[in-house]
Amino acid sequence: MAEIILEGVTKRFPDGSLAVKDVDLEIADGEFVILVGPSGCGKSTTLNMIAGLEDITEGTLRIGDRVVNDLAPKERDVAMVFQSYALYPHMSVRENMGFPLRLAKVDKATIDAKVTEAAQILDLTEYLDRKPANLSGGQRQRVAMGRAIVRDPKAFLMDEPLSNLDAKLRVQMRTQISRLQRRLGTTTVYVTHDQTEAMTLGDRVVVMRQGLVQQIGTPAELYDLPRNIFVAGFIGSPAMNFLNATLEGGALRSPVGDLPLDDRTRRSLEEQNAPREVIIGLRPEAFEDAALSHERDRTGPVFTATVEVLESLGSDVYVYFTAEGGPATTTELEELAKDSGLRDTGADTHQIVARLDAATRAREGEPMELRVDVAKAHVFDPASGANLTHPERVD
Amino acid sequence: MEPDRSALSAGARQERRLGWLLCAPAVVVMIAVTAYPVGYAVYLSLQRYDLRFPGRAEFVGLSNYGAVLTSSFWWDAFWVTLFITAVSVAIELVLGMGLALVMHRTIFWRGVVRTSVLIPYGIVTVVAAFSWQYAWTPDLGYLAELLPQGDAPLTEQWPALWLIILAEVWKTTPFMALLLLAGLALVPEETLRAAMVDGATAWQRFTKIMLPLMKPAILVALLFRTLDAFRIFDNIYILTAGAQGTGSVSILGYDNLFTALNLGIGSAISVLIFICVGIIAFTFVKLFGAAAPGAEVKR
Amino acid sequence: MAAVGKTHAARWGVLNVLVVLYALFPVGWIAALSFKNPSTLTDGNYIPTDWTWDNYRGIFETSEFTRALINSIGIALIATAIAVALGTMAAYAVARLRFPGKRVLIGMSLLIAMFPPISLVSPLFNIERIIGIFDTWIGLIIPYMTFSLPLAIYTLSAFFREIPWDLEKAAKVDGATPAQAFRMVIVPLAAPGVFTTAILVFIFCWNDFLFAISLTSTESARTVPAAIAFFTGSSQFQQPTGSIAAAAVVITIPIIVFVLLFQRRIVAGLTSGAVKG
Repeated sequence: MAEIILEGVTKRFPDGSLAVKDVDLEIADGEFVILVGPSGCGKSTTLNMIAGLEDITEGTLRIGDRVVNDLAPKERDVAMVFQSYALYPHMSVRENMGFPLRLAKVDKATIDAKVTEAAQILDLTEYLDRKPANLSGGQRQRVAMGRAIVRDPKAFLMDEPLSNLDAKLRVQMRTQISRLQRRLGTTTVYVTHDQTEAMTLGDRVVVMRQGLVQQIGTPAELYDLPRNIFVAGFIGSPAMNFLNATLEGGALRSPVGDLPLDDRTRRSLEEQNAPREVIIGLRPEAFEDAALSHERDRTGPVFTATVEVLESLGSDVYVYFTAEGGPATTTELEELAKDSGLRDTGADTHQIVARLDAATRAREGEPMELRVDVAKAHVFDPASGANLTHPERVD
Repeated sequence: MEPDRSALSAGARQERRLGWLLCAPAVVVMIAVTAYPVGYAVYLSLQRYDLRFPGRAEFVGLSNYGAVLTSSFWWDAFWVTLFITAVSVAIELVLGMGLALVMHRTIFWRGVVRTSVLIPYGIVTVVAAFSWQYAWTPDLGYLAELLPQGDAPLTEQWPALWLIILAEVWKTTPFMALLLLAGLALVPEETLRAAMVDGATAWQRFTKIMLPLMKPAILVALLFRTLDAFRIFDNIYILTAGAQGTGSVSILGYDNLFTALNLGIGSAISVLIFICVGIIAFTFVKLFGAAAPGAEVKR
Repeated sequence: MAAVGKTHAARWGVLNVLVVLYALFPVGWIAALSFKNPSTLTDGNYIPTDWTWDNYRGIFETSEFTRALINSIGIALIATAIAVALGTMAAYAVARLRFPGKRVLIGMSLLIAMFPPISLVSPLFNIERIIGIFDTWIGLIIPYMTFSLPLAIYTLSAFFREIPWDLEKAAKVDGATPAQAFRMVIVPLAAPGVFTTAILVFIFCWNDFLFAISLTSTESARTVPAAIAFFTGSSQFQQPTGSIAAAAVVITIPIIVFVLLFQRRIVAGLTSGAVKG
């Protein structure tokens, strides 16, 4: 077990393109860190550099107290779980799991003991003599995990280990991985493009875009205090709603009405020299059904919208409506829309979604009154994408 | 997925060196055994070099080529070769397509059919040629029995040519069929179903869906077989030994080398055949854009 | 539906039988000839009326055939072993490594695959006489392995490409050196492909006639296809037909065995290298 420290780690390909730029990241011993971002953001390249499968162009990588930039993967003592599982098809489950130990010239009795123990933990005991071809997807995934844990390595590296499983199994395995990591206390770096996985698994999450780290923080920090519009749009499901707005006389003139600014926000916007035209971000839960709000909570502005689609999840109700003034667009938001596949579905990205209490009496096609919780609004600079309400703190 | 490339660092240099190292033996062998002898053949073809009079070897420039290209032997052999190539490849394409369809679509005995089709491919050409020769020899063969008494087809030019084509077609159609079968496997079943639902007849599905999708496979198969047929030697050697105007260019070259022992003329013929094959390959690739197999290696 | 199914099945049955007959008829004929005795040889029957092993006994009594059989087996096996070994190395590099000159290698092997062997016969004939390997095993092994190298490289690189790249990465992270990754992960997975390639290359070498008659002059290196073309019969009054037929059957047996045992692999091997998606 060990900490992993990246200092100014950069990856440049022979054609000159920059895959990863100047990543600084300190992963504490035993920490579970997620690298997340849309495809092509450099997260897998970063993981491969930690594993030693890709060369580091610039910067330093430390595992434990050693600089490992020039060490071959075998000398780094890390274990990796691949998206394809990469199980050796000609070896049985037992041989697959024992392979790293065999390479390390561990004696047979110890290998047997460790494999048996790992198989017990992962509930694989009865499959030990099968070949990978005769296992289900979930079992293969567990064998890949088993191969990683038998070695008791300094760190686990996982490259989208759950993305080949169906949705239900993915959730189950997510819990299992989380429990396993806590039990073993091994430093883990986990790559995923799925923000739900990132939010539920990690101690800390690193959001990447185009080779650059956007923000590093706990899931709660990323959700509540996104540093920029990209992180804000990437984290959270359904995604944050973005609207064009104008700053005028201490209020935000927006398609959902005039939103008065509280003192803290006003001060923050002044300090940041906010432009007149801004983008406001409202998470679905920043709205509530005005008809349901308690007497004393009736503080925020109220607007009327016609419900176009209503989805009831039992515990919550999502209502979709269109706000006048059109949706806000920036390059970051375009990229997010493209990555989520929204563009390909031909879906109406102009829609705003609100998460309401199940008690709401909203009906499809009928108008309703919605209240906005101004305290939960984020204001972004359309040019830089920076969050003006929760600016990057200079420590 | 991020692109899987790496900078030209220590690792990449090592990979490069390993690549060269692994290829070196194959490359050395291929160059030593083909490039050098081809150069040597060109050199020999510029000499008067008769093995019966080795002392009289001398440089004669292009006169061997002049002698070959003005001789009716070369042109007869050339047209015979072209005729055999064109006819047999055409028949093979049609027959091979049929065979491929049977192998692809048959509802039972698939293994048996594929296994028996492999036998003509695998059998030694000389063995098959002897079988055909005996079959058509009067007083010996079951096929000669079917002909009018006294007919000896292998001793007359046109019947012999057709029998050579028959032998060639029998032996190599399975190979063509297997290449086409691989092409057939690339036609998605769903596309054919969709065409069926859209109202296409079986023939329309074949011509409008399967053939266009199989075009790359067909071109590769044609290229391979055309080049191979142009080099025809074994079948002719056994069936007629090139008598009665049935000799191919390869037979002509062989005769000049080993019967007439004229290395100069023989080498000139060898070089000319090499050039012909080059022209055929070039035509295929340029005209039809036949994708050279393995030409695009991705990882 | 049942009636339609029946005529459907009958149609395929007829087609299948036609294909099988097409493939086996000439082979059956030469086999039948080999079992005929001299008196019934010319009766024109497809099936022998009098079965005899005499032709086989005859050819195995002469060194002309037995020596040729040993030559054929030895030369084909050695040429196959070398071609597959060199081909495996080159194919691994082509399929898995990035290095400049890869396209040149591929182009060169394609060129050689198209090469007319007759163009090589005259220079090789002369060169081999000068350096003294004419009419020796090595004199045939060299052209055989050269001409089968392209086949080996194509077929093997197609097989190598099917091995997932992640496995090698996994082996490296699991602590394997590149050599260990190759030996413990890649080789076992490539073995079926290597085996298939070896069969194809062997068939190729086994089949050759032109080099065999051009680069040999005596029994010392003459292979069976060349030897049977020069069969003269046990006496000068006797046609060698029966002996040729028997010898032909003997050298067809290994082919039939390969085809029967490895039909699936041979088809996969032949098609994988030649056509890609």
